[in-house]
Amino acid sequence: MNIKQAFSLAIKSLAGSKMRSFLTMLGIIIGVAAVIIIVSIVNGMTKDIIDEFESMGATTITVSVRGRGGNRSVSIDDMQNLVDDNPEYLKSMTPNITVPGATAKNGSDNLDVSSCVGVNEYYTDIKGLVVEQGRGIEYVDCEARLRNCVIGTYIANELYQGQALGQQIRINGQIYTIVGILEEQADSTEASSDDIIIVPYTLASRLSNSFTMGSYTFNAVSKEVADEAQELIDDYLLGVFSNTNAYNVSNMSSMIDSINEMTATMSLVLAGVAGVSLLVGGIGIMNIMLVSVTERTREIGIRKSLGATPWDIMSQFVVEAITTSCIGGVLGILLGIGGSYAATLFDMTAVISVPAILLSFSISAMIGIAFGYFPAKKASKLNPIDALRYD
Amino acid sequence: MIELKNIYKIYGDGEGEIRALDGISLHVSKGEFVSIVGSSGSGKSTCMNIIGCLDIPTSGEYYLNGTDVSTMTENELAHVRNRELGFIFQQYNLIPKLTVRENVELPLLYKGVKAHERTELALHALDRVGLGDRGDKYPSQLSGGQQQRVSIARALAGEPPVILADEPTGALDSKTGREVLDFLKQLNREGTTIVLITHDNSIAAEIKRVVRIQDGRIVSDEVKEDLQ
Repeated sequence: MNIKQAFSLAIKSLAGSKMRSFLTMLGIIIGVAAVIIIVSIVNGMTKDIIDEFESMGATTITVSVRGRGGNRSVSIDDMQNLVDDNPEYLKSMTPNITVPGATAKNGSDNLDVSSCVGVNEYYTDIKGLVVEQGRGIEYVDCEARLRNCVIGTYIANELYQGQALGQQIRINGQIYTIVGILEEQADSTEASSDDIIIVPYTLASRLSNSFTMGSYTFNAVSKEVADEAQELIDDYLLGVFSNTNAYNVSNMSSMIDSINEMTATMSLVLAGVAGVSLLVGGIGIMNIMLVSVTERTREIGIRKSLGATPWDIMSQFVVEAITTSCIGGVLGILLGIGGSYAATLFDMTAVISVPAILLSFSISAMIGIAFGYFPAKKASKLNPIDALRYD
Repeated sequence: MIELKNIYKIYGDGEGEIRALDGISLHVSKGEFVSIVGSSGSGKSTCMNIIGCLDIPTSGEYYLNGTDVSTMTENELAHVRNRELGFIFQQYNLIPKLTVRENVELPLLYKGVKAHERTELALHALDRVGLGDRGDKYPSQLSGGQQQRVSIARALAGEPPVILADEPTGALDSKTGREVLDFLKQLNREGTTIVLITHDNSIAAEIKRVVRIQDGRIVSDEVKEDLQ
């Protein structure tokens, strides 16, 4: 008896008791579907988080300098030289001077700006911002200390009803000209990334009454060299300050790496939990196969009397168990894919993982072999005459 | 062809032991039609199970075509049951989930015959027992006599040299029982060796060689020369 015959026999036997076959498969179906859904939802979460970070710039390296008393410090020119000297790692950099508690005023309307920063001409590029109307901050603005600024859509809408380009704006009492409006980042609400004013860095310290902390944002040439670029900056600053407490260098790509690691572990643990139900499903198959062997003892006796070898009998039952678990596996995959799509309807991101599908399917097939083997072995060892007499 | 030498089949041990077969020696030549007759519990069925390689004797030697069966492995025994022997049981022993044709194909399936050839042989065997048009029916859709004919067709399909029939008429009315017996006689005339087990003396009376078993021993072995 060959595999094809054993397979058609198995299909026939399963079709003969549809309800039972379905219930037997249910454990496998649920197990496989659970593994696929969980892995795709965790994948989706990971993708969301990483997209979020990447939109902030995977190549972005943030440097903040606290300095050490009146000791040595780094100037903006030093930092620019670092970029110019290492074009294979660094593309550009901008100072990033935060003006805390800035207020903006147009006539009698005023509002608190959640983020007011002093930067150079590379800022919009590094941060991936798009200037929708007008222009960005340019070299000449910084060099000549021109009181020009670029604003976000929230401020443009709130103070100018969208007609902001070319208008005057009072920032902390000083009059600036609006030369550019950024493209909407979030949803133009207060405290979102649209609640922003960008001014030339050379003017930022004048806007602030208190001491502003020096921070720089670098742009690495690519994601791949981000770590080397970070190290380069780190080495340079250590050379200047000879103390790692005086500054801090951080980069997005290393954060993304650790997020990836974290979610991979999470995915593994959750998939493991779902895998337990696959195991339970396998035991269900074994249980039913044992019942089936007992029920069909007489059939086994007849087959043996007609010349079936122990191998023939065993392959019949093993193939039946494998068929059960594989059909269950396929249905589970369909349910898992369907379930993952359903999850997207609830505003979750689900990314279907092909390895998870292949893995859970091969596990279910192996469960068929492993849990079908014992009942099949039992069937093949039946003494023909005892089996024939069985009622 | 079939050679039993001092066969014992003992169940249990010590005081409670039951000697189902108590030293049976029997020789059946090729082309013979032998009936083994005995009452219920005489050991005749045990005897047939041993001849049919379905059961293993406690002691003694059994040669089938000159080969000692007691030294055979499970696979070799399965091979013998498949190629050398055909069974007809009192309870037909058809598999209810399979069609009549598929039931008849079973021994051919285990013999490794190709699907389309199998169907051909099965239909031919069904034709011989007059059920050529019932191949697609299920056993439960047939009468008892028809089911027994299916089981005969199944025994014939692989054209084994020996057919073992265990009370083949036991579950049938006398008319269909008659037909089955006539068919077996015809098979024997065509050269098949037949061993038939029965408790019915009227059937035994029609068969040339009658071996009587009582309490696990052969009490008589007579050949009626006048019968064909």
